[in-house]
Amino acid sequence: MKEELLVSGRQNLNIDPVLHIWHWQIPLYLFLGGLAAGVLFFAALYTIQGKEKQYPTAVKIAPIIAPFALVFGLLALFLDLKHQLYFWQLYTTVRLDSPMSWGAWTLMAITPLSFIWSAVYIKEIFPNWDWKFSFLNTFEAWCRKNIKIFAWIIIILAIILGVYTGILLSAFNARPLWNTSILGPLFLVSGLSTGAASIMWISKDSAERRVFSKIDLILIGIELFFIVHLLMGFMASSKVQIEAAELFLGGEFTVPFWIFVIGLGLVVPAILESLELMGKHIPINIPAILIIVGGLIFRFIMVEAGQVTRYLY
Amino acid sequence: MRYAMAIDTKKCVGCSDCVVACQTENNVPIGYCRDWVVEVTAGKYPNLEIELRSERCNHCDNSPCVRCCPTGASHYEEGGIVTVNHYECIGCNACIESCPYDARYSHPDGYVDKCTFCIHRVEKGQNPACVSVCPTNCMYFGDLDDPLSEVSQVMKNRKWKVLAPEAGTNPNVYYLI
Repeated sequence: MKEELLVSGRQNLNIDPVLHIWHWQIPLYLFLGGLAAGVLFFAALYTIQGKEKQYPTAVKIAPIIAPFALVFGLLALFLDLKHQLYFWQLYTTVRLDSPMSWGAWTLMAITPLSFIWSAVYIKEIFPNWDWKFSFLNTFEAWCRKNIKIFAWIIIILAIILGVYTGILLSAFNARPLWNTSILGPLFLVSGLSTGAASIMWISKDSAERRVFSKIDLILIGIELFFIVHLLMGFMASSKVQIEAAELFLGGEFTVPFWIFVIGLGLVVPAILESLELMGKHIPINIPAILIIVGGLIFRFIMVEAGQVTRYLY
Repeated sequence: MRYAMAIDTKKCVGCSDCVVACQTENNVPIGYCRDWVVEVTAGKYPNLEIELRSERCNHCDNSPCVRCCPTGASHYEEGGIVTVNHYECIGCNACIESCPYDARYSHPDGYVDKCTFCIHRVEKGQNPACVSVCPTNCMYFGDLDDPLSEVSQVMKNRKWKVLAPEAGTNPNVYYLI
């Protein structure tokens, strides 16, 4: 058997012995971005379909999560930057090759739109809300009249945002665990699922809850399918990607991945939601919290594990 | 013009002079390095083989770091040298994640830093600091597009390899084996 022993003189901080340059900020942002994308997607979808009355929580109440999620997400991204005073350089150029560049532009567009959307429906949450200035009332009325146009723009941006949270990672061919095109759709579906879970959690209307329970169930199914696909793809790929999959199939991330992401984050809530739909009484916040926390842990594990995988040593 | 470096693994003795020369020439912060020496021992006792490699940024033709940079701070200079413009770098570290060779690091001042092939010396017609101090003369630097350059000549006459060719980066640092 041929053995190899490698000694490297390089000891750069956060690079050696194992790359760890991205910390908690990035997975937290990926989660918040996905959550905002999910919530906004459903709000826009049902507005376009003209079902505001049927799904009042999805259209009017839940979207208030989005501006908070996006602002905290952006704050996390800003904290991650090491040359913070130069962050504005992001907005001096458009680089289509770099997912981070068009992601930054997407955030620039969708964040103010999420504020506008929440403002239009703020009176649904706080009935005594007063804009104080008449021009704000005029602006609100104008937005409300053109809400379908806003909805079309938001639904497109929400899908881009959801996919982008995955493509941000999959663009790095140096990290075999991330370097797969399934990561974009997978993160989009996971984001939509956390969004649907939040709507289900907030909603007080049992019919609406049932619908979002069903939507969530379908999304969980798709997510599980994508995860199996991801691992199968790795196992059929090159050596570095086989090693990446092995991190989850017996390696150091096996326990957190299968217990917290697959078990508690997907399978258990799916069973609880099925029981609920079959007529058993289950407090809705249990599956909702499990899905949301599962989505968060999933992103932490993907970012941590991805940085362990490599081509050389 | 296509700058490249060829490093003779048979002549290198692993003295790390190239590392110190680079740190001195480029004011590399203490504790960091832009180039480093790797010692690989392969085989089974008693049939062992040692390879010494002085490694650095590969100034790839298809650089993932340039592709992933959201501001254009990482860019190609004339001759294919990949450098980072400190005043455009926001320190997002996407390029560090994208490099299969882990050749970059986050400078304590915030921006991302790495080997520049000593572009400030190359522009004056000098060799990079690591090449010029090597006591065994095991490094060759020059223009691959010029068939008469030292680096072209030595690569014509010797077997060579690049690191992680499967990463698809088309590196420009060659190891003579």
